[in-house]
Amino acid sequence: MRRVAVVVFPGSNCDTDTVAAARLGGSDAYFVWHKSTDLQRADVVILPGGFSYGDYLRSGAIARFSPVMAAVAAHARAGGPVLGICNGFQILCEAGLLPGGLMRNAGRKFLSRPVRVRVEATDTPFTHLYERGEELTIPIAHGDGRYVADRALVQELEAEGRVVLRHVDDNPNGSTAGIAGVTNAARNVVGIMPHPERRNARPLGGEDGARFFLSMEAPHATQPAGAVRAADDRHLRV
Amino acid sequence: MTPARPGPTPFPGDPPITPALVQDHGLTEEEYGRVTAMLHRAPTFAELGIFSALWSEHCSYKHSRPILKLFPTEGPQVVQGPGENAGVLRLPDGWAVAFKIESHNHPSAVEPYQGAATGAGGILRDVFTMGARPVALLNSLRFGSLDAPRNRYLFAGVVSGIGDYGNCVGVPTLGGEVDFAAGYGGNPLVNAMCVGLLREKDLIRAVAHGLGNVLLAVGARTGRDGIHGASFASEELTQASEQRRPQVQVGDPFTEKLLLEASLELIGSGHIVAIQDMGAAGLTSSSAEMAARGGVGVEIDLARVPAREPGMTPYEILLSESQERMLVVAKADRVRQVQAIAEKWELNATPIGRVTDDGRYRCTWGEQVVVDLPGGQLIDDCPVYHPEAKEDEAIARLRRARPNPASPAPRPDEALLRLLDHPPIASKRWVFEQYDSTVRASTVIPPGGDAGVLRVPDTDFGIAVKTDCNARYVFLDPYEGGKAAVAEGARNVACTGARPIGITNCLNFGSPERPAVFYQFREACRGIADACRALGTPVTGGNVSFYNESPTGAVDPTPVIGMVGLLANVNRAVPSHAKAAGDAVFILGDTRDELGGSAFWEAIHGLVGGAPPAVDLDAERRLVGFLVAGAERGSFRSAHDCSQGGLGVALAEVAMGGPYQERGFGLEVELPTPHAPLTVLFSESHGRAVITCAPERAAAVTTLAKEHGVPCLRAGTVGDENGVFRVRLGESRIERPVATLREVYFGAIPKRMGD
Repeated sequence: MRRVAVVVFPGSNCDTDTVAAARLGGSDAYFVWHKSTDLQRADVVILPGGFSYGDYLRSGAIARFSPVMAAVAAHARAGGPVLGICNGFQILCEAGLLPGGLMRNAGRKFLSRPVRVRVEATDTPFTHLYERGEELTIPIAHGDGRYVADRALVQELEAEGRVVLRHVDDNPNGSTAGIAGVTNAARNVVGIMPHPERRNARPLGGEDGARFFLSMEAPHATQPAGAVRAADDRHLRV
Repeated sequence: MTPARPGPTPFPGDPPITPALVQDHGLTEEEYGRVTAMLHRAPTFAELGIFSALWSEHCSYKHSRPILKLFPTEGPQVVQGPGENAGVLRLPDGWAVAFKIESHNHPSAVEPYQGAATGAGGILRDVFTMGARPVALLNSLRFGSLDAPRNRYLFAGVVSGIGDYGNCVGVPTLGGEVDFAAGYGGNPLVNAMCVGLLREKDLIRAVAHGLGNVLLAVGARTGRDGIHGASFASEELTQASEQRRPQVQVGDPFTEKLLLEASLELIGSGHIVAIQDMGAAGLTSSSAEMAARGGVGVEIDLARVPAREPGMTPYEILLSESQERMLVVAKADRVRQVQAIAEKWELNATPIGRVTDDGRYRCTWGEQVVVDLPGGQLIDDCPVYHPEAKEDEAIARLRRARPNPASPAPRPDEALLRLLDHPPIASKRWVFEQYDSTVRASTVIPPGGDAGVLRVPDTDFGIAVKTDCNARYVFLDPYEGGKAAVAEGARNVACTGARPIGITNCLNFGSPERPAVFYQFREACRGIADACRALGTPVTGGNVSFYNESPTGAVDPTPVIGMVGLLANVNRAVPSHAKAAGDAVFILGDTRDELGGSAFWEAIHGLVGGAPPAVDLDAERRLVGFLVAGAERGSFRSAHDCSQGGLGVALAEVAMGGPYQERGFGLEVELPTPHAPLTVLFSESHGRAVITCAPERAAAVTTLAKEHGVPCLRAGTVGDENGVFRVRLGESRIERPVATLREVYFGAIPKRMGD
């Protein structure tokens, strides 16, 4: 059972959902207040969605100065898995732990709806239970979800296979190359705009998001196949 | 015995109390007479402000109180009825649901973004001050025609204001309704409803008690915004109302989120005995109401209230409606602990007063007494009016109107397409797409269905919520219209499989001082009361919004019903749209010749007239029973209420599918024609629904309908995905690809908004 620290910033509003989803995935998940500098021996850190500090200046721009972020950065540099969802993704970009940035949606309006995304990188601690190329339906809910990267960065991300999720069918927020999630060069830090914690049970419209959390528990698929154990009898690559 | 305190004295700079000043404060001569008789002296300026606020229609319900007594308010499920910040109903397993709806019409008319945002903020606070965590927002909006730029501006501003606020606080919007009609052109309606969940044992009431307990102001500082908001809400909108813009409060959803977390933590801590939002009429009403409910006095030192700017007077501090502020009554020895919790959430918590045993409502500025009023009388001695009620003859005549026989009858398929393009009927995806509808990871049925459904954590059950009101019916026949609003709410909730258990209401009307308006109000309330009795859905509270008038006249009478239902098993929640080709299509209930008040007459013939359909409450009750029983057995694949636009629109909606479905389904339906085909298609008879079920369940559905005494017609089958929508009515027919219907229905509002 992995210890999963879910960081609570003032204005986080998906913290409870994220802890619940991680627990459902089998993890020992708990909250860490943003003023704490101690991640309490976390194996995994998640920055949840919300509106940290109201996002009044720019999404994630103030949260990255929270005391906890030094510990998050140290954890990431040491190779520890970090997942940023929505506002968490924005914070990771602001903190320089992920490349690129997130700007106002192309349509200039907040958008809340399910979207189709394709999993393009499965060699991360959060996506290795998905099949490469698999399409998922997961909700987005954001005003600043347009991933922006210059040409050099996009080429780098594509060449290194670091686009984790990409919009299919349509590009609801106008992201560069339809990017909905990326990972760092070491592939331990992942940021995604869709909310997998809102699609992890059948009454919620489906379970397409569940494996982000199950992946944290199952040994990394890049390990020898014999080391992979069943996670809830589901979605195992052999 | 405590020595007698000196009476209140004017604060430096207070204007003298003159008849003109009294009039400016919205008090009639007779009301001012009551004040001086109560005090045996003239009030101070601050006291005058207090009377003006607490005796405003908005706070006092002085015109509506006797009529509101008509509502049934009791039932085994009622934990808290009207009179508190929100009503509370009992759910299984120790859970309870707190909910309330409120208007923010006037502020939204002059400043749509902030007006609507602060409306959402206020209703959230009403719910979390009961100890409930807000889990759903709904909103009921009315605007003039989208053809006018001003209405598009108001519509867009209101929607983004509500969205930005609710999204930031992290409460999903699960539904509501949006209507467009000429009657709202001068005065849009913005009603926000909040639903919260709590453990019943954790319920806290806004009742101050305990001699020596300490009053604390928690949250944002007090500024000069929103002074006299309650009085503003109690007058008609005029050209001069634009100048009221500075009285519209400004929302800060980030502080609201902190306040929400801090309040729930405070309530859970046991350090406080009561908590109330400083909402309409701010500190004045929150402190006076909490004291009156507890039968105690309070003494507040206004100089200690944290102010946003220097030089604020007692009058301004008492009447400010700055947002995101709470008044908390802490146990005398727990002030420090309360402050520590507030500090954790980066909020101020400042002791400003204490509970006394002399029943006086007293405010000081340091040592100087500026307000000293008999607390109970201040609330209870507000005048109550019994205005004259008389129906407008012109409306009575309109009830007998029919479209001009020379007006050409359209072909059924053209009529259907025009109705799907009619903004009151067209999909509201453009609206609810701007609201986070899935935060909290509990949403089972998002907006776009009959009712929103959410699951209750760690249980099998859920709640279904919906707001409803067809104002055309209420305008033409307020009694039937009031019944219809409740019946439609109950039907919507029951279509998801939930049993309706109670309502809140937001009664939006014109000036009660006009007999024609008061007639509408009284009759609509009578209708609501009768329907609630018949359907077993007590009224747990709500809000009356009078004076919705502008230079173009009163708004259409709009008593919005916020319905809550209990869904026994969320795994059995029934969606609104067809799910599988080959399924059987059933129509429940009787279709009568009832085109009065219909969208068909309005959209095609330009007539809002005729007698609206009559509501048979017994038939509604049977239909609700059938829908709930069928859902519990898992008999239905989909269920959809039949309302505006009649069977034509209901069948099209079943076929077109949900807002994020890529394709709809075809439909093959044949309708009997005891009336003219257009009447069969577009009559808005109540007590009807369309369900689909797997073919092998069709016989069981028929039997179930018979058991419940619900007329049941097997009308056809669901066609192929992305197929053709076919309805045959004798010699007439509709035949259109479902893709065409979808384009019209989902494109109607974006097209008008230039998106």
